[in-house]
Amino acid sequence: MEKSSYELVKMAARSGRRGGSFHGGYHKRNSGKGEGSHQKILRREPKVDENSPIVASFRTYQSLMDRKNDKFERLVKISRDVTIQSKRAIFHIHRINSGVDKTTVLGEADEKLIAVREKLCQIALELQGEDLYQYIRAFSPGLQEYIEAVSFHHYCLGKGLVSLTQVQTDLEFPATEKPTTEDGECPSHPAVTLYVPPIEYMLGIADFTGELMRLCITSVSSGDMDLPFQLCQFMREVYHGFSSFSHAGSWELSRKMHTLRQSLHKVENACYTLQVRGLEIPKHMLADVFSSQDSEDTGERRNDMS
Amino acid sequence: MASTSTQETFSKFQEYLTKDQDIREEIRVSVREIEQTAREILTVLQGVHQPTGCKDTVSICKRSREMFVNIRRQYKELAAKLPAEQYYRFHDHWRFANQRCVFLAAFLVYLESDKLITREEAAELLGVQQRREDGFHIDLDDFLMGLLQLANEMSRLAVNSVTAGDYSRPTKIANFVAELDAGFRLLNLKNDALRKRFDGLKYDVKKIEEVVYDVTIRGLNPPPAQKPEAQTEEQ
Repeated sequence: MEKSSYELVKMAARSGRRGGSFHGGYHKRNSGKGEGSHQKILRREPKVDENSPIVASFRTYQSLMDRKNDKFERLVKISRDVTIQSKRAIFHIHRINSGVDKTTVLGEADEKLIAVREKLCQIALELQGEDLYQYIRAFSPGLQEYIEAVSFHHYCLGKGLVSLTQVQTDLEFPATEKPTTEDGECPSHPAVTLYVPPIEYMLGIADFTGELMRLCITSVSSGDMDLPFQLCQFMREVYHGFSSFSHAGSWELSRKMHTLRQSLHKVENACYTLQVRGLEIPKHMLADVFSSQDSEDTGERRNDMS
Repeated sequence: MASTSTQETFSKFQEYLTKDQDIREEIRVSVREIEQTAREILTVLQGVHQPTGCKDTVSICKRSREMFVNIRRQYKELAAKLPAEQYYRFHDHWRFANQRCVFLAAFLVYLESDKLITREEAAELLGVQQRREDGFHIDLDDFLMGLLQLANEMSRLAVNSVTAGDYSRPTKIANFVAELDAGFRLLNLKNDALRKRFDGLKYDVKKIEEVVYDVTIRGLNPPPAQKPEAQTEEQ
C-alpha cells in the first residue's frame, strides 16, 4: 500500500524528499525499503564474497594500508620520546647559569643527546628502504627538537652555529652488535643513516634561537654581563641569514622567522637596558630587574605550550 | 669568528631553497599538461551520458584509450624530473592529477569490460610504475580516491542510462558499486580525506539503488536481470 502512494509522487519531488529525510545511517536505509532488486545486494553486504576479484584486490590494499599506518604510528611514538628527551637536554643546558660547573653540565647534556641518538637510530631503521618524505610528518617534531638541542649544546661549547654536515654525521649509525637495552631493542642492526632534510635543520635552528633568548635573560639575572651581548650578536647573524631566504617555500619557516624576530627584539631590549642601567645601578640590583622579566617570559612560554 | 661559517650555512641553505623552487616549478608545468590531457579525456568519456553515446560506448572507449598515449608520455616526462626516492616530497603537486587520472582509467576499464580496474592495470594505463620502490607510482590513497570518484560517476551513469532507455544497466551498476562498497569496508581507514570521501560513497550507492527500485517497480527491468535474484532467494 505504501508503495503505490509512493509511486504517485513525482519523480523529482520524491528523490528530493527521500534525500532530505536520509540521515546518514547506512543500515537504516536497508531496513527502510524492502523489496527492490537491490535486496540481493543488501543481503550480500554482511558476509564478504571472498571469490570476488574486487574483494581480493581490496584485501591487498588493506594490508598495504595497515602496514603504512602502523609504521606511521610507531614513528610518531618514537618521535614523541625524542622530543621529550631533547627537551630535557635543553633544560639541563640552561643550568649552566646556576653556578654549576659548565663543563660538567655540558658533559651530562652530551650523554643525554647520545641517548636521543639511539632513538633516532630506531627511526632510521624504520625508514630503511622507504621514502623518508612519506613519513616525515610523523617524526619531524622530534627531529626538529633534537636539532634544537644539538645546536644549543654546540653553541654553548663555544663552537658557534652547528652545521648541517655536522648534524648529519652524528646521525650516521654504523652497524652494531648492541647489548639489548631496557626498551627491548633489537641487539644488532645494519648501518643506517637518518637523512636530515635541510628544511628540518633550518626549522630546528629557528627554534634554537628561542633557547638563546631564554639563556640571555637568565644569564643577566645571574650576573653575567658579557654573555648577553655575545648572544645578541650571534642572534643577529642568524636573523640576517633567515631574512635572506625567500620564504615562499615554507609556511612554517616564515612563522618561525616571526618568532625569531620577537626573540631578537627581547634580547636587544635586554642589552639596551643593561647598557643604560649598568651605568647607574649596582650589579646585584640589576639582576633583580631581569629576574622579574625572566619569570614573565617563562610564564608566557608555559601558556604557549599548553 | 663564527660569522663566516654561519654565513656559509645560510647561503648553502639558500641554494637548496632555490633548487627546490626550480624543481617545483618544472613539476608544476608537467602536472598542468597532465591535467589538460585528463580534461580532454574526460570530455570524450562524458559522451556515454548522452542518449546517443550509450549505444556508442565502444567507439568512445576506443577514442579515449588512444588519448592515454599522451598521458603516458607526460607521466614519463614528469617522472624524469624527480630526484630518486623523493616522490613524497613533491606529492602534493600531483596528488589531485593522479586521482583524476586513476578515475579516468577506472571509468574507461569499466565501460570496456564492466570490471573494476586493479592497481596494476591503472599503472600500466598511465605509464607509471606499480611499486614505490621502482619509481614514480600512484599512491594507494590516491588510487582509492580515484575509485570513489568512479562510484560517483556511476550514479550519474545509472540515471542517464535509464533516460536513454537502457533499463538493464542500472542493475549491473548497482552490483558493481555494491561490491566496491564492500571492498572499501575492508579497509581500516584513518580519519583523513579518504575517509571523508568514503563516507560519501553511501549516497552514490543509495542513488543507484533508487534507480534500480524505480525501474523494477514499473517492471521495466527485463526478466533475465531478475532471475539471479530469484536464485539467491532460494538459497
